[in-house]
Amino acid sequence: MMERSSNNNNNNVVELSRVAVSDTHGEDSPYFAGWKAYDENPYDESHNPSGVIQMGLAENQVSFDLLETYLEKKNPEGSMWGSKGAPGFRENALFQDYHGLKTFRQAMASFMEQIRGGKARFDPDRIVLTAGATAANELLTFILADPNDALLVPTPYYPGFDRDLRWRTGVKIVPIHCDSSNHFQITPEALESAYQTARDANIRVRGVLITNPSNPLGATVQKKVLEYLLDFCVRKNIHLVSDEIYSGSVFHASEFTSVAEIVENIDDVSVKERVHIVYSLSKDLGLPGFRVGTIYSYNDNVVRTARRMSSFTLVSSQTQHMLASMLSDEEFTDKYIRINRERLRRRYEIIVEGLKKAGIECLKGNAGLFCWMNLGFLLEKKTKDGELQLWDVILKELKLNISPGTSCHCSEVGWFRVCFANMSENTLEIALKRIHEFMDRRRRF
Amino acid sequence: MKQLSTKVTSNGHGQDSSYFLGWEEYEKNPYNEIKNPNGIIQMGLAENQLCFDLIETWLAKNPDAAGLKKDGQSIFKELALFQDYHGLPEFKKALAEFMEEIRGNRVSFDPSKIVLAAGSTSANETLMFCLAEPGDAFLLPTPYYPGFDRDLKWRTGAEIVPIHCSSSNGFQITESALQQAYQQAQKLDLKVKGVLVTNPSNPLGTMLTRRELNLLVEFISSKNIHLISDEIYSGTVFGFEQFVSVMDVLKDKNLENNEVSKRVHVVYSLSKDLGLPGFRVGAIYSNDEMVVSAARKMSSFGLVSSQTQYLLSALLSDKNFTSTYLNENQKRLKIRQKQLVSGLEAAGITCLKSNAGLFCWVDMRHLLDTNTFEAELELWKKIVYEVKLNISPGASCHCTEPGWFRVCFANMSEDTLDLAMKRLKEYVESTDSRRVISKSSHERIKSLRKRTVSNWVFRVSWTDRVPDER
Repeated sequence: MMERSSNNNNNNVVELSRVAVSDTHGEDSPYFAGWKAYDENPYDESHNPSGVIQMGLAENQVSFDLLETYLEKKNPEGSMWGSKGAPGFRENALFQDYHGLKTFRQAMASFMEQIRGGKARFDPDRIVLTAGATAANELLTFILADPNDALLVPTPYYPGFDRDLRWRTGVKIVPIHCDSSNHFQITPEALESAYQTARDANIRVRGVLITNPSNPLGATVQKKVLEYLLDFCVRKNIHLVSDEIYSGSVFHASEFTSVAEIVENIDDVSVKERVHIVYSLSKDLGLPGFRVGTIYSYNDNVVRTARRMSSFTLVSSQTQHMLASMLSDEEFTDKYIRINRERLRRRYEIIVEGLKKAGIECLKGNAGLFCWMNLGFLLEKKTKDGELQLWDVILKELKLNISPGTSCHCSEVGWFRVCFANMSENTLEIALKRIHEFMDRRRRF
Repeated sequence: MKQLSTKVTSNGHGQDSSYFLGWEEYEKNPYNEIKNPNGIIQMGLAENQLCFDLIETWLAKNPDAAGLKKDGQSIFKELALFQDYHGLPEFKKALAEFMEEIRGNRVSFDPSKIVLAAGSTSANETLMFCLAEPGDAFLLPTPYYPGFDRDLKWRTGAEIVPIHCSSSNGFQITESALQQAYQQAQKLDLKVKGVLVTNPSNPLGTMLTRRELNLLVEFISSKNIHLISDEIYSGTVFGFEQFVSVMDVLKDKNLENNEVSKRVHVVYSLSKDLGLPGFRVGAIYSNDEMVVSAARKMSSFGLVSSQTQYLLSALLSDKNFTSTYLNENQKRLKIRQKQLVSGLEAAGITCLKSNAGLFCWVDMRHLLDTNTFEAELELWKKIVYEVKLNISPGASCHCTEPGWFRVCFANMSEDTLDLAMKRLKEYVESTDSRRVISKSSHERIKSLRKRTVSNWVFRVSWTDRVPDER
């Protein structure tokens, strides 16, 4: 006890917190070498055609022209707050209310409704704004769980969750193992098993967190799975968080069921209150730099607390102002959503076809900015090391930076996430050509 | 019944304190020159509204900056995709230079040691996460910004132990107060990780003296702990004396290459000097690579919008603008503060002699019925309900002496400030002439007191509807 409160040790440097020195931020993992390789030798169509092509970044660059055209039309003089003295500027600059700009919240609600084809309604007063989904997920975790509690997350999952859900919150992730035998869908057995694993280790489970559509699978979660998940959460009396950040990138709108649709038809508040949705404009609109995320909760207490906590991560009022009118222009958003879907679908078809011609299969996907590619048959050793070795070969020989399944905690080795929306079609063709040639070379030996 | 975390069920956010009545009343009945001239005047909000015209003029002349263009060409895509937590290099450079300019270019700031955050609210919390374990303590001089209770403690689990300052020496930090606070922490079995000061001070509006800064540096040196200097108001200094930053002191004592300089961290923001709280621009500056590295990774949870970084990099890179702005800002703040001080004097009220900030620390002890916080609460309620001014009672800032109030002057027009002073004068004159409180108003005050929490230590000062003020 005395030792703990003694500071008089001039010989020792005062330590930083455990959180500061831990590596839960995840940036020391081996596959960050891929990023380094790309930074040192980035592909450029004209200046560096043999450089590393970045296929590990889930960015949506296929629809910028639509946004730029719209914004140019709206503000031809370039001034966001009106010309000549910028009226509206000071009010906007002063606006730091954690409720968020009402017009912007209404715009977000309407946008989210449009993405779901009107199959669910969103109340603007339940929308809490945060600086990106990264902040939203961490914030929700702070609210729904205490340190050393756990969230169940289906594998494979977005590597960033290790940091976002665990780092500063002290909360654990217990994986729900999924595999290719049923296209990586969550099964009741896997769910129960994960829950039991936590209980056996004396860990209190507070909720299930899914990403729908899934990253890295690039596929939507089936409606019956969602219903089962909700039922499971009711039985165990825990929360259900659905990160729907890729909801606007589903190739065919009819194939996406949001958890909001399921909740829409439920009157029982004790069921609704455990459901929370995360969204962001980083993927569907391709605006990760603007830091626009949101938590939508059917639980008043969560909304109120999340709102207060959002003080640590508010969205710039300048950004809210700029996007408010664009997102509430239903004619524009309708067109955008439709065209964005088509372009992403086309990209997906190009990459899947191209891979098929090279003898490579992918998981049948229907959403997202990436495909889930199966290279298990190429592994010399069917182990994590074997997978990392192959990944290294792809990086060094093919000069393609892709994401190995191990980094996504996939329990089956040999799967890789390959992004297709963060480059031009030409570049995608070149990447496919490199893969082709590589596979040809292998066949000859 | 599924539960939420203890962070939800605790009151760490501080918004259930009785003090929010003032904000509620203001929201119900806000003063408006034309539409509601008898409404409540908001004097509890530390906003800087005095120099917007300068920024607006600049915006009109430089449409590219807000239009996401560079040399007439759209850079929308580049900005939209830019989410690097290192921040926009041009912005960090401009910010570092702006911070240097505010300090008379006497000290230099290395852009690579800057970590951006979504406001200093985020910056302060992030620093806590980096420097303190749950249960560790930071020492803070009282009175302090009520928001610290939330920012430093809520999600981090850290504790605040007050360094008691008193009016006997203008609320300056003394060596014995520092030692006492440290010992108090030890008595409570709390490990002290550092000291956090706001310089210039909120709510005092004064700058820390060199003596105090030297004292602080020596103290953290001997105790082997950190010092966080929140210099969010550094650009609001309007007195004759220059602003002395802790960075000045490190330089003057030749400690820049000493190990202690790694334990000194500065927090900054554009919310007060530039009056842009909505844009969420804060920064941590640290000489410790590990702190910078950890804080930078944590900033993923609160990055500054690239659109905003770009606008501000253009604004702050324009040295003509920054020097004009800083000069004008000083001038206007000085005039406005004088107006408040003389208005108070006319009502027989003095305040702590100040030379910075957007507020004055006002002495209303002579207006208290008794030298208690209960009496302070009663007086505050009268000022809200009868005088119709929303000001901040010292108890909400953890002041140890009842009767002090923070009164803001930079968030309203000259005319509104005039009116506020008139109302106050009338109130003081009317209470002077009725020494005996009538029975009915006594009853009313008693019932108001019943409605509110009896704990005189107020936590924080917002309602659900109120903007995040400092």
